Amino acid sequence: MNFEEYPAKQLLASAGIPVPKGLLVTCADAAATAAQELGGKAVVKAQVPTGKRGKAGGIQLVNAPQEARSAATKILGMEIGGYPVKRLLIEEPVQLVREFYAAVMNDPGSKGPVVLFSAEGGMEIEEIFAANPDAIRQYHVDLCRGFNRSAASAMLAGLELGNLEPERLASVLSSLYRVYREKDAELLEINPLGMISTGDLVALDCKFTLDDAAKTRQPELAALGSPESATELERRGRELSLCYIELDGNVGVLANGAGLTMTTMDAIRYYGGSPANFLEIGGEAYTKATAALALVLANRNVKSLVINFCGAFARTDVMAAGVVAAWEELKPTLPVAFSIHGTGEEEAIALVRTRLGYEPYDRMDDAVKAAVEAAQ
Amino acid sequence: MIVRKGEKVLVQGITGKQGTFWTERMVEYGTHVMGGVNPNKAGSIHCNLPVFASAREAAKEVACDVAVMFIPPMAAKDAAIDAIESGIKKLVILTEHIPAQDVMEIIALARAHGTSILGPNTAGQVTPGECFVGIMPAFNPNIFRQGKVGVVSRSGSLGALICLDLVRAGYGQSAFIGIGGDAIVGTTMREALRELDEDPTTEAILLVGEIGGTAEEDAAEYAAGMNKPVVAFVAGAAAPERKRMGHAGAIVIGNRGTYRSKRAALERAGVHVVDVPSQIGEALPKALAC
Repeated sequence: MNFEEYPAKQLLASAGIPVPKGLLVTCADAAATAAQELGGKAVVKAQVPTGKRGKAGGIQLVNAPQEARSAATKILGMEIGGYPVKRLLIEEPVQLVREFYAAVMNDPGSKGPVVLFSAEGGMEIEEIFAANPDAIRQYHVDLCRGFNRSAASAMLAGLELGNLEPERLASVLSSLYRVYREKDAELLEINPLGMISTGDLVALDCKFTLDDAAKTRQPELAALGSPESATELERRGRELSLCYIELDGNVGVLANGAGLTMTTMDAIRYYGGSPANFLEIGGEAYTKATAALALVLANRNVKSLVINFCGAFARTDVMAAGVVAAWEELKPTLPVAFSIHGTGEEEAIALVRTRLGYEPYDRMDDAVKAAVEAAQ
Repeated sequence: MIVRKGEKVLVQGITGKQGTFWTERMVEYGTHVMGGVNPNKAGSIHCNLPVFASAREAAKEVACDVAVMFIPPMAAKDAAIDAIESGIKKLVILTEHIPAQDVMEIIALARAHGTSILGPNTAGQVTPGECFVGIMPAFNPNIFRQGKVGVVSRSGSLGALICLDLVRAGYGQSAFIGIGGDAIVGTTMREALRELDEDPTTEAILLVGEIGGTAEEDAAEYAAGMNKPVVAFVAGAAAPERKRMGHAGAIVIGNRGTYRSKRAALERAGVHVVDVPSQIGEALPKALAC
């Protein structure tokens, strides 16, 4: 789950990392008032949980409350990265002497957290990696030992930091790591981390991604995050705790397991068709076949259907019983092709054959081809 | 991680519905299950096996080599710590939706104790003709048959389909290693590939990847230096960007984790990448003949 800049910065501030003074507003009048409170000059920043806000025109420097009002009016009407701008952060402008980059994130390669620091900031870390890899330091944290100020100092040793006192930086990095740990972050990034003329550090922007699997133990925090944009059907899926993604094709998909469902979509594409959705009922969801089928059929673009089960943990007999129940209740008339293998397959195939009168295909490819053909 | 016949297995969460169902399947197949864990039912007998209060308690009675966890996500860390500290050397974590920082803590502790981790969010490991640990249909002869192809898969259900295609093509498996669908896993695709490369019963390897992360790119680096032939399928060619496709690890962000990048890296390393799983029957004999 991604967060907008404002709640992300609040996390930093609560850990003692300085952030510019700022106010969150939702209308142009409030933007003008906020700019007034900050002394007239301000930065008006669109609050959306995505990058490249500046390039999209979502960040503007203003010199007076009137300007703040007109900038706010303009930005509040924008859509950035698919998100309509509904909130603005009105922030005091900060004069920087130098920009750095700091982050802590999950690293699949080392299977632990990595602390990243770059003596250059303000651009994407990938760009810094490409342009000046020597500016970057990485520290792979051993979770049996953690990461503290002395680890941070060791990590920074020998790096050209100009007038920046290494102790100040070490303190910011260890605080950043603490927030990452306490808040179940997947990614916590300050970019740029700015230095002002006094030598103090200020977080100018902050990106925070909460681990979705940790939402249940971070309920207050999760309530502050930005829900992903979703279609009406996707929202219905979410309410049923089903992973449903609406696509623009016309062949409906019901399968178990993420990998098998993606593969079914790939095969539809490979044989000249276009999938209408991703919907998997693997894992604990395999008992929800009835609700899942209803969801697939609710998409009006669906012209045919592939039901592809390959049971490991998810028992195909249980899933087939769910499909049969949904079928008998909803009585759909569109063509459907089944492919059923794995745990419980004999019972599942018998059920589909006797109750629905369909003969499952022996090969997934044949089921997919039949559905693609039927949709055309 | 490859589990061999005769290795002693402990089932954590044995008394639950899934724990029971799969323990019965494992025992029927020949897996050497020694007992299970449930702190509330210690001292009882379940599936004809003794139930212990913890892995540490079990270790006092019988030294197990492997533990497999049927444990809900928020209790997984404590159960894993219990297993690792009890002296278990191979830990299979089936649980999906464990917070990533818990997983990383488990892995750090495992490293300190010399324990290997498979998973989380894996369907487990099958050594056809010997034993299996997890939730794969090892007992289905259309899907698993003893043979010479090692399979590494991020997905359980797709792994089963691929194994079905493999058996149809007249092959069998030396081992199936489910590495799990999470972004952070204890055994990476590259590490599983290396293990199969070093396994004398494995003559060819089938990699089953999917979009998201860089596991396939890392595995390709290793594959480039291998003598054994490698064939791969990568799921997600038709998946949209910025959407998490069911698995926590299956997400494309910008140019990271794309199908194109994975396929290109594997092909550069000399791996034959098939478009759909059913093409494995043609690709494997070609790869083996090279």
